[in-house]
Amino acid sequence: MSQSEPYLRITGLTKKFGEFTALSDVSLEVLEGEFICFLGPSGCGKTTLLRAIAGLDIQTYGSVEQAGKDISELPPAERDFGIVFQSYALFPNLSIERNVGFGLENLGQSSEQVKKRVAELLALVGMPEQGRKYPAQLSGGQQQRVALARAIAISPGLLLLDEPLSALDAKVRVKLRHEIKQLQHKLGITTIMVTHDQEEALTMADRIVVINNGLIEQVGTPEQIYREPATRFVAEFIGAMNFLPASAGDGGEIRIGKTPVRVQGVDLPEGASALLAAIRPEDIRVGEGVENCVDARVESVEFLGPFVRAELSSEMDAGPLYADFSANLVREQSLARGSELRITLPADSIRLYPA
Amino acid sequence: MTATTATAAPRGRPVRARSSRDDRQMLAFMGVIMLYLVIALALPLYAILSKSFQNKDGEFVGLANFLEYFNTPALTHSIQNSLTIAVITTLISVSIAFTLAYGLSRSCMRFKGTFKVIAMVPILVPSLLPGIALVYLFGRQGMIRELLFGHDIYGPIGIVISEVFFTLPHALIIIMTALSIADARLYEAAESLNASKLRTFFTVTIPGARYGLISAAFVVFTLTITDFGAPKVIGGGYNVLATDIYKQVIGQQNFEMGAVVSLILLLPAGIAFMVDRIMQRKQVALLSARAVAYEPKPSPLFDWIMFAWAAVVSVFILTILLTCQYAALIKFFPYNLSLSLKNYQFDLMDGGGWASFYNSLELAGWTAVVGTAVVFLGAYMVEKGKGFHAGRALFQFLAMLPMAVPGLVLGLAYIFFFNAPDNPFNFIYHTMAILVISTITHFYTVAHLTAVTALKQMDPEFEAVGASLKSPFYRTFSRVTVPVCLPAILDISIYLFVNAMTTVSAVVFLYGPQTSLASVAVLNMDDAGDIAPAAAMGMMIFYTNAGMRIVHGLLSRGVLRKTQSWRNR
Ligand SMILES: Nc1ncnc2c1ncn2[C@@H]1O[C@H](COP(=O)(O)OP(=O)(O)OP(=O)(O)O)[C@@H](O)[C@H]1O
Ligand SMILES: [Mg+2]
Repeated sequence: MSQSEPYLRITGLTKKFGEFTALSDVSLEVLEGEFICFLGPSGCGKTTLLRAIAGLDIQTYGSVEQAGKDISELPPAERDFGIVFQSYALFPNLSIERNVGFGLENLGQSSEQVKKRVAELLALVGMPEQGRKYPAQLSGGQQQRVALARAIAISPGLLLLDEPLSALDAKVRVKLRHEIKQLQHKLGITTIMVTHDQEEALTMADRIVVINNGLIEQVGTPEQIYREPATRFVAEFIGAMNFLPASAGDGGEIRIGKTPVRVQGVDLPEGASALLAAIRPEDIRVGEGVENCVDARVESVEFLGPFVRAELSSEMDAGPLYADFSANLVREQSLARGSELRITLPADSIRLYPA
Repeated sequence: MTATTATAAPRGRPVRARSSRDDRQMLAFMGVIMLYLVIALALPLYAILSKSFQNKDGEFVGLANFLEYFNTPALTHSIQNSLTIAVITTLISVSIAFTLAYGLSRSCMRFKGTFKVIAMVPILVPSLLPGIALVYLFGRQGMIRELLFGHDIYGPIGIVISEVFFTLPHALIIIMTALSIADARLYEAAESLNASKLRTFFTVTIPGARYGLISAAFVVFTLTITDFGAPKVIGGGYNVLATDIYKQVIGQQNFEMGAVVSLILLLPAGIAFMVDRIMQRKQVALLSARAVAYEPKPSPLFDWIMFAWAAVVSVFILTILLTCQYAALIKFFPYNLSLSLKNYQFDLMDGGGWASFYNSLELAGWTAVVGTAVVFLGAYMVEKGKGFHAGRALFQFLAMLPMAVPGLVLGLAYIFFFNAPDNPFNFIYHTMAILVISTITHFYTVAHLTAVTALKQMDPEFEAVGASLKSPFYRTFSRVTVPVCLPAILDISIYLFVNAMTTVSAVVFLYGPQTSLASVAVLNMDDAGDIAPAAAMGMMIFYTNAGMRIVHGLLSRGVLRKTQSWRNR
C-alpha cells in the first residue's frame, strides 16, 4: 500500500447524545480509493460515526479531515460525499431519471448533458431503459441500484452507505455485494459502508473497522480480522470460535486444563494469569501432529452441508470443543457419535485473551 | 497500512457546527412566521390581558374590574350557566359519538359511508344554523313543538341540542380514530377466551379508546363553552359567558368588562386544552405500538341495532339541515307555505346583502391560500430546520396556543391591539386583511398539527439526500416535500376554507362596513327578526362548503391517482 496521505482522517471523535456517549474517542484513517466497512452489533455507533463523517449529526469532540481539509464543522451541503440510506430515501414522486438527475440539475448542466449522464449512470448500475418508472414500481434491489446511481451522480469524493443491503433478501444481497464492489473498484471512489453482517464485511471490504459500544475494537483487512482477532470481542463476533479456559505455563506454553499446549505467534497477555485460549473449529485437525495432540471423543455431530460440525469432549477437560470436519473426511473415517479420535490444535492457530 | 491509534487524545473544545446557508435561510423564514404569530396572537393577547386591569381611560386600576365583575350576580351567574351547558352537551355528544363510532367501526352495518358523510354535515354550517332550525321546529309556532311538552326551546334545551349538533362531528372524528387504532389482537384474544361481547366491550374496547374518549370530551367541552352562535340564536334570556362578552362589547361598549369575561372564559378553555394535549400524547404512544387493524365479522342482530342507531342520528342531523332549507324556501312561515326564492334576495334586507356572501368567499379564499402557505412553511421550517432550539420550542408553543383561545377573545384582543391609535398596523382595522389574519390565527393549531404530522411521516433522510446532492433546501422543498405532502396540504386548505366560511366569533368584532360576512349576516338578520333570510344565507354557506368539499374530494383523488404510481406501496 502506498505511503500517501490518508484521504479521510478522523481524530479523537466523541459523540454524545445528552449524557449518553455513543462514540468515544474514535480515530481512524482511510486511504484514497479504499473500501472500508464499519462492522459491529446493533446500537454500537456505526451509523453515528457515518453521520458524523457526513456532517448530518456533527460530533461533540474531535475532528474530521477529508482530502487534507478540516471539515469538522461544515454542514453536509458543504462537504463532498454521496450517501445511500438503508431506506434508500428515493423521492417517491419523481421518476427514476429525475431521482438520479436530481443532483446534476444543480450543476448548471444542460438538460441534454443531464440526460446523457443519467443514462450512463443507469447503465452503470445495470438498469438501462428503466428511467421512466417510479421508485414504488421497482423491486428492493432495483431501488438500491437507483439510490446508488443517484449518490454517485455528482462524482463525490466519498461514498457513504448505511446498511444498503439489509432490506433485501439473501440471494439479491449476495448478487449486489459483487456489483457494488465492482462498481467501487471501477470508479475508484473511497467508500465507507456500515453493516452488521460480518459476511458482507469480510467479502467486500479492503479493511474492516470493528466497533463495539462506541469504541473501535480493531481495524484490519478481512484476513487479519478473521485470523488475528485483536480482542475477545472481535474473536467472538466474527466467525465461530472455541474459547477454552487456560492458564499461563512456563516457557511460552500455556495449560488448558492439565494439558500443556504450545502457542506460536502470540504474546501472553500481560499480567493476566487466567486466560482464554481461542481456536476456530475449522483449525482443529484430525490425526496425530507434531505437538498439541489430545484424545477426544465425538459427542454429537451436526451436518452443515459441505462440512460437519462435531461437538467433542477431550482429555483437556475444558468443556465442549467444536470442530469442523469436511464431509469427505467424516465419511472416510466413519466418524459418528461415540467415535474416539486423536486431534491436533496447531500452535499457530491458537489466540490468547485475558479471561 | 495506516495504523489506528486509540490513544486517549485530549478532546479539546467541543465542536461547534457551522450553519449552512440553508440553515440560515430556513431560520429566517421561521423567524418571519414567528413574528407573524407574535403580532397576530401574542401581542393582542397581551393587550386584552392588560386591558382587563385598566379603566375606560386606560389607567391601571388593578383588580377593580374583576371585583366589579364578581359583585355583579347577573354576570357571574353566566359562569354556572356556561358550565352547565358545556357539561350536559359533553355527556350527550360524546355518548352519541361513541356509540355511533362503535357501530361504524365494529359492525358490518350497511351504508357506513353515507352515515359518515351525513355525520360531517354540521362542520359545513355556522353554529347559528341549528338554532334557526330549532325555532322552526319547536318555536312558538314550531312544526312539532308539542314534542317539548310545554318546555321552552329558547334557553338551555335549545342551546344543548344545537351544541350537540355542532360538536358531534368533532367528537366522532376523534373517537373513530381512537377505535380504529385499537389492536385486533386483543379482540382475538378475548374471543379465544370465550369472553362475551359485553365483557369484551368493557375490558377491551373502553380501555383501548379511553384517551380518545377523554380527548373528545375536552374538545366538545371547549367548543361548547366558547361557542357563541347557538346561545345567541336560541338562548333566549339564558346568559352564558360567550354571549356576555358580545353584549358587553357590542351592546354596552364596555370593553374592559368584555376583557374580564374573556379572561374568565379563557380559563376553562385553557385547562381543557392542556388536558387534551396530554391525552393526545398518550394516544400517540398507543398508536406507535404496532397494532393490527380490526376486521369486524357479521352479526345480524348487532349490525341491525347499530344500523338503526346510525339512522336515528342521521335523521336528527338531516332534519336540522332540511328544516333550514325549508325555512329558506317558503314565503311566510307559518301563514303562507308556498315555495319561493324571495328569502335569497339578501340585498333587500339589512345584514350586508349578497356582498357579504362574496366577502365571505373572498375571506375563505385568502385564508385557504395564504393560511395554507404560512402554516405549511412554518411547520416545515420548525420541523426540518436545525439549531436554535429555544426559538423552535417557542414557535411550537405559539402554534398550539390558538386552540386554547376562544374566537370571541381573539376578536376582542384584536380590537384592543389593532385599533390602538399608536399601533402602526392600525390601517388594517376594518379591512379584509384583518379578517384574513384573525381567521388564519384562530384556526392555526389544527392546520399546523396536520402539516407536522404529514412532515413527520416523510422519510427523514430526504433533506439529507438533498444536501448531499448540493440541492438548496427550497428546491428539495418544492420538488419533493410539497408534492409528497400534497394530500395534507389540500386537507389544510379545505379546513381553513370551510372554517372561514362558517366562523362568527372572531370576526364579529372585526368586520367593517365594507367587509360584512355571510356568517355575520346570518347573525344580524336573525337578530333583526329576518329568520328566513338568515336560514337562506346559512344554506348559501352550506352549499358553498359542500361544493368545496366535493371539489376537494375530487382533487385529492386526482392527486392520488396521478401519483398512484408511487403511493401504492
Ligand atoms: N439522536 C439520538 N439521540 C439519542 N441517542 C441516539 C441517537 N442516535 C443514536 N443514539 C444512540 O446511539 C447509539 C448508537 O446508535 P447508532 O444508530 O449509531 O447504532 P448502529 O450501530 O448504527 O446500530 P444499528 O445496527 O441498529 O443501526 C444507540 O445506543 C442509539 O440508541
Ligand atoms: Mg445503524
